[in-house]
Amino acid sequence: MTPVDITLTEVAASLALVAIAAAVSLWRRAELEGDLAVAVLRSFLQLTAVGYVIQAIFDSDSLWLVALLLAGMVAVGTFTARGRARRVPGALRPIAFALSAAAGVTLALVLALDVFPAEPRYLVPVGGMVIGNAMTAAAVALNRLGDEVSAQARPLEATLALGATSHQAARPLVTGSLRSGLIPLIDQTKTTGVVAFPGTLVGALVAGAEPIDAVRLQLILLWLLLGSVALAGLIATSLGYRGFFTGAHQLREMRPAEE
Amino acid sequence: MTAGVFALEGVCASRGGRSVLRDLDLEIGEGATALVGPSGAGKSTLLRLLNRLADPDRGTVRFAGRDVCDLDPLELRRRACLVPQLPALLPGTVADNVRYGPELCGNEADVPHSLELAGLGRSYAEREAGRLSVGEQQRVMLARALALEPEVLLLDEPTSALDSRTEAGVEATLMRLVHEHGVSVVVVTHDSGQARRLARRTIDLRPEAAG
Ligand SMILES: Nc1ncnc2c1ncn2[C@@H]1O[C@H](COP(=O)(O)OP(=O)(O)OP(=O)(O)O)[C@@H](O)[C@H]1O
Ligand SMILES: [Mg+2]
Repeated sequence: MTPVDITLTEVAASLALVAIAAAVSLWRRAELEGDLAVAVLRSFLQLTAVGYVIQAIFDSDSLWLVALLLAGMVAVGTFTARGRARRVPGALRPIAFALSAAAGVTLALVLALDVFPAEPRYLVPVGGMVIGNAMTAAAVALNRLGDEVSAQARPLEATLALGATSHQAARPLVTGSLRSGLIPLIDQTKTTGVVAFPGTLVGALVAGAEPIDAVRLQLILLWLLLGSVALAGLIATSLGYRGFFTGAHQLREMRPAEE
Repeated sequence: MTAGVFALEGVCASRGGRSVLRDLDLEIGEGATALVGPSGAGKSTLLRLLNRLADPDRGTVRFAGRDVCDLDPLELRRRACLVPQLPALLPGTVADNVRYGPELCGNEADVPHSLELAGLGRSYAEREAGRLSVGEQQRVMLARALALEPEVLLLDEPTSALDSRTEAGVEATLMRLVHEHGVSVVVVTHDSGQARRLARRTIDLRPEAAG
């Protein structure tokens, strides 16, 4: 692939589109312009900062620094997902485990099967992509699980009263919420290239890659993502449901809905 | 003297952070016992302590002389089966619901028999559980408890949605279980007539009626 060289002027030019959207928003009083400004500012600051961090890690060529960066991302991702799954008691540990396992297993497989070489250039973006998507899936699935358990508290208890374990009683809810966490990614994977061009493909094509190479790269990343996110969702829900129950297979009293 | 089925000693329990039962001492003997008291007195809360769907904040609950915390909760719930106040059936057919409990421990349910005991014809077996009237659901709830062949039935207003003829049928079943099969029944009811018809003893949970 040819390396790309992009000037700040070119980056700034892409803002024109956002400016048009903001102008339309002002004109139609859609009150979107504030959010747009914040989004632009944050994406600029965050990505620039990340760019420098990644540059430093690439320069150092240290796998330890890669591990440290990914661990930091797992930590931030865990707390973010927990914030969205407030109704799940003790959600921190299942989420942390889900994100670390997703990132760890993915990178281990990538290295073991020689998909990418063991260099920061590959491990950082792949790890970051996996952690970010695993976080979203775990958060959506657990958030849904919390809603389901509180909505289905009576049937759940009626099932426990027949001598079901908490695992047996919760299984349909766990399956349902896992699906809702994974459906967006699965749908996206099913329709990829037909309904939407995924980011990697766009990026690689713009950066000058041959279409077939770009497609192969996109497939690798898509499948890594699919597998790792499904794994994260599975771990988060199959550990997370336990927080709703005591060791004696009792449904804990739910805290009232917040927000 | 008959052996006690349940005994409560100094039981305090709360729900939603509010204290509901305070320092309750109680003996529930064999046969049928009615549990009465005004709405909100804690009748349902008490039943949930008996099969350990919940634990008291303080005090002990004994089943057949043993602290319920020392028993396997799943086995306790099969031996002392609770039929909750509001019907909550599993998706699927009536038969699926009746089979569910016995299947959990590898047994096969006699679906038509359980249905008939609960005052439902066997024709109900293949009906969709979600498409039943409340009174029909209530009887399916009873049938699936009966399918477990429990030693004790904990019934939370089991006939509140039934007409008087169907109610009489359910009561007759309960009397037969008590007198012919040695099953003990703890029944919550708002109907003093039902308490009299069914129970040897009535426990009043009215706060001022303590003792
Ligand atoms: N899920 C719950 N969360 C919070 N509080 C509850 C819950 N269920 C019951 N309570 C409260 O606990 C108290 C006792 O309730 P309980 O259901 O035991 O009363 P009850 O005697 O069965 O009344 P009823 O005759 O109306 O069924 C009530 O004040 C009720 O508001
Ligand atoms: Mg009640």
